[in-house]
Amino acid sequence: MPLLQITDLHASADEKEILKGISLTVNAGEVHAIMGPNGSGKSTLAQVLAGHPAYDVTSGTATLEGEDLLDMEAEERAWAGVFLAFQYPVEIPGVTNAYFLRMAFNEIRKARGLDELDPMDFLDILEEKLRVVQWGPEIMERAVNFGFSGGEKKRNEILQMAVLEPKLAILDETDSGLDIDALRIVSDGVNALRRPDRAIILVTHYQRLLDFIVPDFVHVLAGGKIVKSGGKELALELEAKGYEWLTGVAEGAAV
Amino acid sequence: MTTVAPIAPTEQPGVAAFAALAAHAEGPEWLMARRAAAAAHFAEVGVPSSRNEEWRFTPVSGIATTAWTAPGVSPAVSAEEVAALRLSEGPLAVLIDGRFAPDLSALPAEIGAKSLQAAIDSGDAVVRQYLGTVAPPEMTPFSALSLATFTDGVVLHIAANTTLDAPLEIMHLTTSAADGALVAPRVLVTAGQNARGAVVEQFVSLADTLHFSNAVTELVLGEESWVEHIRVQREGERAWHIGFTHADQARASHYRGFALSLGAKLCRHNIHARLGGEQVETLMYGLYLTRNEQLADTHSAIFHDQPNSNSWEVYKGVLADKSRAVFNGKVFVQPIAQKTDAKQTNRNLLLSDTARVDTKPQLEIFADDVKCTHGATVGRLNDEQRYYLQTRGIGGRTAQELLIWAFAAEVLTEVTVSRIRAGIETIVRVRLDEMLG
Repeated sequence: MPLLQITDLHASADEKEILKGISLTVNAGEVHAIMGPNGSGKSTLAQVLAGHPAYDVTSGTATLEGEDLLDMEAEERAWAGVFLAFQYPVEIPGVTNAYFLRMAFNEIRKARGLDELDPMDFLDILEEKLRVVQWGPEIMERAVNFGFSGGEKKRNEILQMAVLEPKLAILDETDSGLDIDALRIVSDGVNALRRPDRAIILVTHYQRLLDFIVPDFVHVLAGGKIVKSGGKELALELEAKGYEWLTGVAEGAAV
Repeated sequence: MTTVAPIAPTEQPGVAAFAALAAHAEGPEWLMARRAAAAAHFAEVGVPSSRNEEWRFTPVSGIATTAWTAPGVSPAVSAEEVAALRLSEGPLAVLIDGRFAPDLSALPAEIGAKSLQAAIDSGDAVVRQYLGTVAPPEMTPFSALSLATFTDGVVLHIAANTTLDAPLEIMHLTTSAADGALVAPRVLVTAGQNARGAVVEQFVSLADTLHFSNAVTELVLGEESWVEHIRVQREGERAWHIGFTHADQARASHYRGFALSLGAKLCRHNIHARLGGEQVETLMYGLYLTRNEQLADTHSAIFHDQPNSNSWEVYKGVLADKSRAVFNGKVFVQPIAQKTDAKQTNRNLLLSDTARVDTKPQLEIFADDVKCTHGATVGRLNDEQRYYLQTRGIGGRTAQELLIWAFAAEVLTEVTVSRIRAGIETIVRVRLDEMLG
């Protein structure tokens, strides 16, 4: 059974159809890149999978290990093993990173019938996870994403992914707004989290990220549909030719 | 258009009852003179109507239409009952239905605290100097009523160059004997030059009575003194609560107020500070939590009378059900008060469609070289924050609680005495839990 199976997924926001029939199979251990021009629906796909209430799924299915993902609330998807690294991580003043991460960790454990960890035991786990993003413990006393630089916010998303250990991680434009050093730290973090029992979907506009995190498959999304799929060499082709030759295909296919 | 003639104050049944209570008030000659003047002033102005701009959103006519009595004989209150309600461990003054309870209090002689009645009886010159003059009776109708009718209270003098080791806790408790009664305690705190100390006042109903608490606290801060004043109002939800806190600050003094309001059917708190010298610092923090049909009203007034002083005010509110809140923040900057730095913030979080907030900054600035800012918001829980938490496995009520807590925490962390802060956090957590149902 594939980890994630998306079949003919249609979704809209404010009654405007954005996803127009997406089908995608992702197996455990694989890294898929979803590329495409602005407005192609890449971020919408990420948000629909995570359960954003602003999007209506009008038809199609999405299952995680055979379970209907679309029937679950966003938190239930997290309990089931879905993680979305946000393009724009949300600031939560008044809640420390340490408190937030431990609460998230324990809520997921509780949902899976496991014991909650007390702050001391959690600290041991945290220390190890902080190394994934090359951070010291001082970041944990700051309010969640509050006053963080763009790079710090993205690192914090990867730290959360490391702590929450999802089966399916969706990284939405994680490379946007990062300088080369931050991109390297974030990519090293993601690579350290690649595992045979975990799949990763990278949503990105640029090929640059794929120099650091090498995908197994590349899909091009245009006009709400996957217009081309291939191996990692497809990303290089896109880098050389741009998206126009494919978006042309998309328009032709829609006729 | 028809107009309705305002009811003359003397026609208010409550006013006659208050006059009867005032007639029973006692004290030495100097006090009786002040009481008489205050009673005369109150008889003239009466209980304010909603036509009075200061009371526009806060209907208190129910106070005027009730013939309040004096509290009856209070039932015994055990030391254990009091201990369970305390927020600190140090010196303690207990008032039961507005009367000092020596057996329940613990006021070591060296801390300079005693009952107001005892201080008056002993001819305390400081009390004579300040009682009813820091918060003069004409400031609000109810401060006049307080001076005319107060029964007892607490006095604390922190001597110059001394530090109060532990906060003084003042417990204003009401019992079943307060039903239908006016409970009128007064507190006077004076801090000498370079003195330091903290006072925590709690207002708690031991029985769910319909009573009227009219409480006044006067604080006199000498030069370079530091006073933290914490006020926790958690009376029963049938009570009327009118509170007036006034701090007079001399040069380089530091006043730090924190007010939590979650009790009473209607609570009105006037908190005033007069910055009467340079290098004064005034911090006012507050949190109100309302539910059902409660109303919580805060009227603050900060008087910048001298240059080079700062005031910083943050009040937050969380409202559920059909409850209401009123916030009015006045800042007066006199022409001489150049280089004033004043900032005022009021933020409200509505948990229901039927809750309502009336918030109004009122800055009156007569100096030209000042920095004065204000901001007020009324909003709901942020959907994007909720969604973000959900994607991390924190859903439903847990996410709501976390976000409300985060909202409130900003002011709670400003209580500097950690033991008291922890106690207040527990009170707030319990109430928020109840509010979410």
